[in-house]
Amino acid sequence: MSNEISDPTAASGAADNEGRRPERLLSRRQLTARRRRDSFTRNWGMFKANKQAMVGLGILVFFTVVAFLSPLLVSADAIDPAAASGPPNSPPSANYWLGTDSFGRSVLSLLIVGSRVSLLVGVTATIGAVLIGATVGLVSGYYGGTRIDTVLGTLTDWFLVIPWLVLAIVMAAILGPTLFNVILVIAVTSWAMTARIVRAQTLSVRRRPFIERARALGASDWSIITHHVLPNVFPVIFAQAVLTVAVAILSETTLAILGLGDPTAISWGRIIEEAFNAGSMANGYWWWMIPPGIAIICVTLAVTMCGYALEEIFNPKLRRRH
Amino acid sequence: MRLRYIRRKCGWALLTLWFVLTANFFLFRIMPGDPIGLLARSQRLSAEALAHQLTLFGLDRPLPLQYLIYLKQTLTGHLGVSIISGTDISTLIAGRIWPTVLLVGVGTGLAALVGVLIGIKGGWARGTSFDRSSLYGSLLLYATPEGWLGMLLLITFAGTLGWFPAGGYTSSSGDTAPQLGDIASHLFLPALTLTLGYIGSFVIVMRSSMIDVKDEDYITTARAKGLSDGQVRRRHAVPNAFLPSFTLIVLSVGFILGGAIVVETVFSWPGLGLLTYQAIKDQDYPVLQAVFLLSSLAVIMANLVADITYGFLDPRIEEV
Repeated sequence: MSNEISDPTAASGAADNEGRRPERLLSRRQLTARRRRDSFTRNWGMFKANKQAMVGLGILVFFTVVAFLSPLLVSADAIDPAAASGPPNSPPSANYWLGTDSFGRSVLSLLIVGSRVSLLVGVTATIGAVLIGATVGLVSGYYGGTRIDTVLGTLTDWFLVIPWLVLAIVMAAILGPTLFNVILVIAVTSWAMTARIVRAQTLSVRRRPFIERARALGASDWSIITHHVLPNVFPVIFAQAVLTVAVAILSETTLAILGLGDPTAISWGRIIEEAFNAGSMANGYWWWMIPPGIAIICVTLAVTMCGYALEEIFNPKLRRRH
Repeated sequence: MRLRYIRRKCGWALLTLWFVLTANFFLFRIMPGDPIGLLARSQRLSAEALAHQLTLFGLDRPLPLQYLIYLKQTLTGHLGVSIISGTDISTLIAGRIWPTVLLVGVGTGLAALVGVLIGIKGGWARGTSFDRSSLYGSLLLYATPEGWLGMLLLITFAGTLGWFPAGGYTSSSGDTAPQLGDIASHLFLPALTLTLGYIGSFVIVMRSSMIDVKDEDYITTARAKGLSDGQVRRRHAVPNAFLPSFTLIVLSVGFILGGAIVVETVFSWPGLGLLTYQAIKDQDYPVLQAVFLLSSLAVIMANLVADITYGFLDPRIEEV
């Protein structure tokens, strides 16, 4: 596809025709870049105006920074059961702000280290789920009404209907408890919602005139999907991805509590499982069990707030709901 | 017309069942180690039981043939034996199914009922303090892992306060039949966990469909007729706003079954969830396979019933 010919196509594909007339002729690339920048500024302005979303973003930034700095904040010795030096099962004190576990490890240190695996699983499983979901949704929607669409649509419906958490648990039990398997299992079981939403959005984008124009100019299916459909569907994918992170983190917790997490990787879910199995309930070790749950709630809530805000920005029909 | 709709939905349910059976078959075959070796490694499995499992599922035959045998055996109700205890899985499940039906039924029912009522009230009076607090409360509960929530309730109400028993199905053991009140006191905390864990999505969905319906022309008409606010809400808004929540109630059976596995584990509730947890610990794959099959079957049936009811509730559906 040559640049000169498709230039007007790309320009008129802009979602924002605010009647601004370019002072000088811009190349296609410059136009696109400018359009993207403008729309980013506008959306960011809307996001900033949403108080809950900004609080959520703040929480996410905080936990991300903690996760990245965790090797500096906590030494490897502090979380090694054999090397831990503290008194076992002691309630919060000046030395151990959140108390210690049965091995005498500081619960605060565990929490800081656990943020790494919990966030890693949340984000990578989401990337996997969104890659599958977006691909299925784009292809299914672009070829809407054909046999490919029927097959992919049925597959999506199946994955929406079957008890995905049970499937995730059974798959994790079969594949064995490694970090990779946990991520894989969550990705494979949580893509269907994304696929359905992306398909619906693709179907509506496909009917827009600029797609027809691109096709008339000889663009291939691949180039139409990647250059014209994907950029228009991307905001929806992004909002859905943010919401999927919450599902992924909660699923990881469930798997970990059932003993299906990687035994060598400390995550918030695994701290809960260890506390549970150490008889925290019978012995009243609340300081060990409660903090990881609160951390999970904070991150899940923060992600959900941001996701809802993005959904509202990108889907104006939802805007009046809050 | 209606008959064709029902037939199509039944066809889809059968197709879904086939998908689940096939997925189940291959899941069991991707695991490390071959099924025969796995069976043989289990010490407690008697030679007869092993031979029985081998012939029942033709595990020494080629894969395509195994697949057909698996379909036939499963469809005729032969689920095989547990690798650990050698017990017939159908018997195992029959002993565990009712506690789960009770727990999931009460949990789903309460979550749906209370959630929908709160959603109706909140959505109708959007922006009030009731609406705000119920919305934030729902989001908070949605973000809470149900297993952890269960532990928290257990530690507080069974441990510290001692109001409820710490787990199990009944306190009576042996010959005496369990009393209804006894079961109810054991059921309270796990059912409350499931209810709290899943109420959020019902509130959010019902609330937003109430808000959607609120601005419709027929609501204005109903008001113009001079109906009271309560009458407009009950007769015109709620019936029209209820359909999305109805779908959610049916779909929720699937994920509440997943949540029940954790909740039963936390409360040692002797249902399918606890059976699953034990099977995970023992790597008892045939049991896991049966649990996935059974919960999928429950969801497929729930969906079929819902689809057909939906067709009666909303006649426009048939044209889709």
